[in-house]
Amino acid sequence: MVKIKGIELIKDGKRLDGRKPFETREVEMKVGIIPNANGSAMVRFGKTTAIAAVYGPRLLLPKHLQEMDKAIIQCRYNMAPFSTDERIKPGTSRREMEISKVVRLALEPVLFLENYPKTTIDVYIEIIQADGSTRVTSVNAASLALADAGIPMKDLVVALSGGKINGQLILDLNGIEDNNSEADVPMAFMPNKKHITLLQMDGELKHEEISKLINEMFKAGEIIYKKQIEALKNRYSE
Amino acid sequence: MKEKETGVREIAYPGQVLGDKKEFLPGVGTFEEDGKIISKFLGILTKSGNYISVVPLAGVYVPKPGEHVIGIITAVEKVGWVVDINSPWESFLSLSEAVDEFIDVKRVMLNRYYDEGDVIYAQIASAKRGDVQLSMRGPSCKKLKDGVLVKITPSKVPRLIGKEGSMINLIKEKTGTMIRVGQNGVVWISGEKVDKAIVAIKKIDEKSHIYGLTDEITKLLSD
Amino acid sequence: MRANYILKLLEKDERLDGRKLDQFRPIVIEKGIIERAEGSARVKIGKTDIIAGVKMEIETPFPDTPNEGTLKTNIEFAPIAHPDFIPGPPSEDATEIARVVDRGIRESNSIDLEKLCLIEGEKVWGVFIDLHVINHDGNLIDASSLASVAALMNTKIPKYEDNKIIRTEFIGKLPVLHTPINVVVSKILDKYIVDADKEEEEVVDAWLSVATREDGYVCAMQKGGSKALSLNDIDYMIDLSSKKSKELRKLL
Repeated sequence: MVKIKGIELIKDGKRLDGRKPFETREVEMKVGIIPNANGSAMVRFGKTTAIAAVYGPRLLLPKHLQEMDKAIIQCRYNMAPFSTDERIKPGTSRREMEISKVVRLALEPVLFLENYPKTTIDVYIEIIQADGSTRVTSVNAASLALADAGIPMKDLVVALSGGKINGQLILDLNGIEDNNSEADVPMAFMPNKKHITLLQMDGELKHEEISKLINEMFKAGEIIYKKQIEALKNRYSE
Repeated sequence: MKEKETGVREIAYPGQVLGDKKEFLPGVGTFEEDGKIISKFLGILTKSGNYISVVPLAGVYVPKPGEHVIGIITAVEKVGWVVDINSPWESFLSLSEAVDEFIDVKRVMLNRYYDEGDVIYAQIASAKRGDVQLSMRGPSCKKLKDGVLVKITPSKVPRLIGKEGSMINLIKEKTGTMIRVGQNGVVWISGEKVDKAIVAIKKIDEKSHIYGLTDEITKLLSD
Repeated sequence: MRANYILKLLEKDERLDGRKLDQFRPIVIEKGIIERAEGSARVKIGKTDIIAGVKMEIETPFPDTPNEGTLKTNIEFAPIAHPDFIPGPPSEDATEIARVVDRGIRESNSIDLEKLCLIEGEKVWGVFIDLHVINHDGNLIDASSLASVAALMNTKIPKYEDNKIIRTEFIGKLPVLHTPINVVVSKILDKYIVDADKEEEEVVDAWLSVATREDGYVCAMQKGGSKALSLNDIDYMIDLSSKKSKELRKLL
């Protein structure tokens, strides 16, 4: 998507899609959607849809990559060719590689890996449709897929994005906001202790704006946390 | 009399605070932090005595010494066999744990005892750092012939067996089959109504989280 | 041991999940599930689950067909879909499936490609069908073909103005003239089955993929598997495939 000069993204306190500044889009979560995987989940924020699948723990090959006293986690974030306006050519971009890494690091702190020496836990994420905030949508999907796979965890991982448009701090940026924002801040955290496991930022923000945004993300994160719990319980409803 | 419970059992999720260390003791599937007992898994919450535990609803098989498993021989090697035990780790059955008589490995081909594709009921002799050794020395260990294998979630094996074998005996009786269950979630079935037994076993795997499962299975097998 | 059981059942004309030899698993087709794509569909055949997305892009036509739009079919064996799928360039199997599906659509003249010409020899619409496997439980060819055709039927052509694609406005539907349907018939021992699932595919001796058009013409075929087929086999398999394709077309 292209940057649009002088675009008015917020008017009378309402964003282009009608949301208030600290309102998230409609969120949908479903656990256990891929029968072949050990664990899987779909998470949708508005028109951004991520599917995550977990395979493992399984034996890691080649051998020299194995850790003798714990599992390692490998992560791959990939965008489907039809997920954006312009078709994406298959193959991994630098952006996808970086996101794969920060998503992995966002998840690693919650996992108990010591029961599974020499193995890998593979987390695969496919973006089926992209409309901003894809990496945080991915983290939510991966958190659910890991729980669904029966991997022991200290906590779930909740993620969302914050940012600034037309001088106003906002939450959960969609595509057009993402492309024209003054700042965007994706964040993931462990809800029990509010420990942050992913934090990136680009744009321009004052220190106090960052603090304010993180606090708003903690607040809205509670809703996303509840959605995750609900989705996990729904997996075993009847 | 306590009313019979119906519906779904209580499900715990990772990170859920289940109780205070002052009142309860942490059971399997939990950990302690700051005096709280917290769930490690998405699983079924159980309280027995002062213990709070969470039985995971999914997960791979992690071998423990002494447990019985069903495995498939995947390779015949010079001094033993490589066995797939439905776990992240391959296991090894060494000649000395499999055959009592003396064998001159230079002359005898080991596949006359166990060959690729053979199914065995074996015991975990040791499991350290992903190095799993099997044994066929236990009285119930043997080669399983002419059956069908079905896999279930390893953590649901106790549910399939039932209290003192009640569930598995029910299936055996109603379907006229012989069944062996490995702790690794591999189930071997042989006999008359294998298809029906498979349906029942799969149902238990899918519905382990509901109350009144025994009644449902009884109904299913009576149809 | 499972394979032996499948074979034993087949001798009695039975299958693991209780289906008849010429019976498909339940099929679910959803169209238009990806708003950001110009066309899309999700097809489930039993536990096999595939998404097809169609993107319309501006391309240079091929020199031998300067007044025709282009078509490209691609399949991704996404690693989410099966424990054996690993990230990386397309495998031999993936490439074969993409080409089999592509040929069914191309050779049946399914899309009126001449209507996709903007400036002869310079600019035409390119139709990109991207298939994304979500869960692999066998019969990817039929599921891919069905998802592709369903997605094409659902595809809209965006507005093209001042050398720019305006993705929010559309000038009309993609001109779809024909609906080729692929049905793979598999031979195991002396039995023929349709819609082999993953476990069955592992014991298949030979298969024949046949794409049939609504007017009964056969537009593409592909023989697979390591065993040979006789003319009698082929006759029977084409018949069965055409018959089943009529059933599947009704679901579109």
